[in-house]
Amino acid sequence: MSMHYFANPTRFNRLAGRIQPWAGGLAAILLVVGLYMALFEVPADYQQGDTVRIMFVHVPSAWMAMFCYSFLAVASAVALIWKHPLADLAAKASAPIGAGFTFLALVTGSIWGKPMWGTWWVWDARLTSVLILFFLYLGYMALWQSIEDGQKAAKAAAVLALVGAVNVPIIKFSVDWWNTLHQPASVMRMDGPAIHPSMLWPLLIMALAFQVYFVALLLARMRMELNLRRIRALRLAERSS
Amino acid sequence: MFQGRDIACERGERRIFSGLDFEISPGQALVLRGPNGCGKTSLLRIAATLLKSAAGNLLWDGADVAEAPEEHRARLHFIGHQDAVKGALTVRENIATWSNIRRSAEDRVDAAMAAFGIAHLADTPAQYLSAGQHRRTALARLVASRAALWLLDEPTVSLDADGTACLQRAIMDHRAEKGMVMAATHIELGLDDVEFLQLKPQ
Amino acid sequence: MKPFGAVIARDLRLAVRQGGATFLALVFFLLTVTLFPLGIGPEPAILARVAPGVLWVAALLAAMLSLDRLFQADFEDGSLEQLTLSGLPLGGIVLAKIIAHWLTTGLPLLLAAPVLAVLLNMSDEGFAALLLTMLIGTPALSLIGAIGAALTLTVRRGGVLLSLLVLPLYIPVLIFGVSAIDAAVHGLNAKPHVLLLAALTLAAIPLCPWASAAAVKLSLE
Repeated sequence: MSMHYFANPTRFNRLAGRIQPWAGGLAAILLVVGLYMALFEVPADYQQGDTVRIMFVHVPSAWMAMFCYSFLAVASAVALIWKHPLADLAAKASAPIGAGFTFLALVTGSIWGKPMWGTWWVWDARLTSVLILFFLYLGYMALWQSIEDGQKAAKAAAVLALVGAVNVPIIKFSVDWWNTLHQPASVMRMDGPAIHPSMLWPLLIMALAFQVYFVALLLARMRMELNLRRIRALRLAERSS
Repeated sequence: MFQGRDIACERGERRIFSGLDFEISPGQALVLRGPNGCGKTSLLRIAATLLKSAAGNLLWDGADVAEAPEEHRARLHFIGHQDAVKGALTVRENIATWSNIRRSAEDRVDAAMAAFGIAHLADTPAQYLSAGQHRRTALARLVASRAALWLLDEPTVSLDADGTACLQRAIMDHRAEKGMVMAATHIELGLDDVEFLQLKPQ
Repeated sequence: MKPFGAVIARDLRLAVRQGGATFLALVFFLLTVTLFPLGIGPEPAILARVAPGVLWVAALLAAMLSLDRLFQADFEDGSLEQLTLSGLPLGGIVLAKIIAHWLTTGLPLLLAAPVLAVLLNMSDEGFAALLLTMLIGTPALSLIGAIGAALTLTVRRGGVLLSLLVLPLYIPVLIFGVSAIDAAVHGLNAKPHVLLLAALTLAAIPLCPWASAAAVKLSLE
């Protein structure tokens, strides 16, 4: 089966429509199980107490923030190089989801930081990198919005996504570099103590739940975008006839 | 010989034209005709490789233009809706800049200004020019550096009768030297022996 | 004259004739730096402490605000189209324009920086590092900024969008630039920071013109 098999929008729409409820349902089940384990089964940390439970939302969101940007970059590369018609759709659809996860990672990080550091915000290397990633998402989405011609916007956004993808590791490295220069000696790191096996399972289940949720949301957004394009094409046809 | 085979144009997800063939041999002029919105400008921009054709290909002496787009660009002059004339530079500087960038071997800037009747304005900053003189400065580029193919999009806009006559003479000289011309224009350029390409709205 | 040089010469001549732009960037640089003592108080020790960061942030903003003239005017009057059709590879044209932009923006900022460093009471050990990092780092600002300038060409009132696209990408330049000066001020080895900054600029030289050229091509379609 060629890569272009699912390029047919109607076929994609049908398939995505079939997968979407299953993905949504699975995400809900995993989320309930994961949250139950995280909130009730995992023992409180001897140092951090119950606040450690925020980790089960914070860490998977931070992972997803990175994952979504990688997804966005790969989809943009596919759109630019192979001109796959669904790729720029997937890139556009994944950006707000990624921005959402990034925002969640920032907010939970801040809430977690309050009892740990005594302030809502610390210029910790990881939080700072996530904040900059958030700006990259915002720039990407703003560029999509500001160019009226859909095809031009798609290509410009794809170029920006690739430039961003090249820069993400550089920015990460520079922020780590900056942080080691300014690190006060006694700050506790976000990674906290080594993870106990009883915490690992709920963490992985939560990560999987977020991943499946991403798939469900991505399919929904892509279908919505396809339908919007179809409406626009109909309008154009109306005008020219 | 410059050829287009099965050229198609899409703008904003709308097909403007498709399955279009054309052919220009040395010394020949091809005039594009058709109502507004039928794609004359788009076809010229495709011929200049500024726009990509949605199908088919362009051939220069049988070789695909897409293989070496820079070579193709070096052998054409494109006069579009915008004059690309800088108000801060004098007429001479404006014309000389472009022939420098296009690595013109010989100095034909004076000849170019004479050909378009703007020699007396040589040292006038272009911001003081009238619209017609502005246009003549843009058109003088055609003569200042040689190019085998001229792509002219409504070249007579804001030209008076004398300016149009200058352009006609320049085109005739160009064709006499085996140059090719592809032009979109509403008014008769008064040229003999011209082929027409009628574009139909789809 | 070689076409590459001709493009640089053209942009320089236009910058000189139209004046203003370089002067405005410098005034902006000066003004921003002046705001800091007024904002955080005139204590010499505090100013000396923040001087490297303030100078680099102000230079960053001044360079960014001058980016719109890199392509915008040429895009609007059709010159960019003509440059594209000149037969030179588009990446080369873009690089030539970036060099001209640096000569009319980055270089004046670099020359003004020591004067402003005096105003901020920066310690003497930092001056060499300041000049060196500005010399190495400001070309990266023009190079990276060109991508943003090219991407926002077709956007009406793209200024705010341009800053949103470009400033996050400027962060590594800021970090390495400031850390080098800080190291020099504290009598530490500034070399690793300077080398990282140089690596950044060197990597940007081939990559940025290429990405900007892709964006310029897009805007002309």
